[in-house]
Amino acid sequence: MRISKAWIVATKDMRVFIRKRYTVYSLVLFPLIVGVGLPLVLRFAGARHGGLSSARLPIIMNAFSFFYLIGAATLPTVLASYSLVGEKIEKSLEPLLAAPITDSELLVGKSIAAFIPPVAAIYISSIVFMVLANLVTHNTLGYSYFPNWTIGLILLLLAPLSAILSIEWSVIVSSRASDPRAAQMQGLFIVLPIAAIYVASEVGAISLDIKTLFIISGVILAADIILFFFSTKSFQREEILTKWT
Amino acid sequence: MITVENLTKRFGEVTAVENLTFKVEEGEVFGFLGPNGAGKTTTIRMLCCLISKTSGEARIGDYQIGKGTDSLQIRKMIGLVPDNVGLYSDLSAFENLDFYGKLYECPEMLRRENIERFLKMLGLWDRKDARVGSFSKGMKQKLALARSLVHEPKMLFMDEPTANLDPESAKMVRDFILELKKQGRTIFLNTHNLDEAQRICDRIGILKTKLLTIGSPEQLRESLTRPKTEIRLAQVNEALVSALKKLIPNKINVSGDKLIIDVTDPDKENPTIIAAITLNGGQVREVTQLVPTLEDVYLQIVKETE
Repeated sequence: MRISKAWIVATKDMRVFIRKRYTVYSLVLFPLIVGVGLPLVLRFAGARHGGLSSARLPIIMNAFSFFYLIGAATLPTVLASYSLVGEKIEKSLEPLLAAPITDSELLVGKSIAAFIPPVAAIYISSIVFMVLANLVTHNTLGYSYFPNWTIGLILLLLAPLSAILSIEWSVIVSSRASDPRAAQMQGLFIVLPIAAIYVASEVGAISLDIKTLFIISGVILAADIILFFFSTKSFQREEILTKWT
Repeated sequence: MITVENLTKRFGEVTAVENLTFKVEEGEVFGFLGPNGAGKTTTIRMLCCLISKTSGEARIGDYQIGKGTDSLQIRKMIGLVPDNVGLYSDLSAFENLDFYGKLYECPEMLRRENIERFLKMLGLWDRKDARVGSFSKGMKQKLALARSLVHEPKMLFMDEPTANLDPESAKMVRDFILELKKQGRTIFLNTHNLDEAQRICDRIGILKTKLLTIGSPEQLRESLTRPKTEIRLAQVNEALVSALKKLIPNKINVSGDKLIIDVTDPDKENPTIIAAITLNGGQVREVTQLVPTLEDVYLQIVKETE
């Protein structure tokens, strides 16, 4: 597999994304809301009663960090759906598949295009979030809460793994969808298990400590490997051309 | 350059293409004619290594279709103009061509030169930075042609390149294909347009799942249809027709004030026929030699298979 070929496809797709208002909004809105909105919540929540207590703040900030995991599972579905179903709509699969590029180079190229922008947006947003959250909580806590191991694991391990999972799932659902929005709706199902983990942590069923995050990472990695098998199987040249179009 | 032997493609129970055998020589323009669903696109897709064959063999140059590493080599040396242009509407004309040039590993300098050359040839250079989504159908088709050429392929596959175009755009595309023909490129052309096939192609294959016939437009016309002489008279009556039938052995059809008569050798037979008409009181107003068109040949062949 030649990564240079995959990169040509990826840069073309990224160029298309930045010209589509819908994908740009998706990439900007969520990180903006989480990066700026959540620190504002920390600043103003319980303001009448002197703000959130130093005992509650770390729990809430860890929970907020988990939003980045949800974002990592959600945002790539928007791009992956456009990347794959968009080719169907433009009817551009035939000339593309007639070019000297292998199925795996094409799949990797499309995956890179759906991976880099959301993960970059999440990283930029997380830096804003950490700086602002530290600013508004420093007086109460007496120290800068971020960065810490929890958000480090979420951003550096769990978020990329979730993004990959989301892309692989999108490849599978896109093979059967004829409209990017429909593919996105089906693609968003992948966020349900991650949201379930968040809810479980909120109701106290699990605690999002380092050990639990490693276990979740292991589970997502296993799911990545399984879905990789199915996504590559659904991404075969002849299958794409005769059944996708 | 293209060698096809007993090539067959089945989709489940449906046979799309059966036992195709033909050759296309280097520099030749070969046309595939056939009704919808005849297997023309399936054949192009197999030859471009887009779909697998069920059985048979096909070679493009020294490479065999359906053979792992050969497929990539074949895709490198060919250009494809599919029936749907398949351009990226959010990218500019230049970006579309540049993307494909890179995929085909065309060096940057050559790529830029070719993009400029082909866009200028097709009258699109002024719109090189415009979004393709704002282009007309004809402009898109021309851009698809430029895309297929940006890496300077030895061989071009075109799937109905003038379908759905207005007459002016269709003519420009046709003229461009003729220009490519002059440059000595091998072109495999699927078309519904018989006039286009007749004007552009060196040889034509008529396909309806099976290859029904193959030859140059002239060969097909000569082998399958007889020339006809059309004679317009002042008046046609039954007595004259019956008298003529007794005098000449040729098949006679009456159409209004015209007699359409099958002939083998017009130069020899026409004077005899005219003499027979005047002898029986007929007044000849006009004599026209009807040359069978490719359409006549095509319709006859396709009709025979039904």
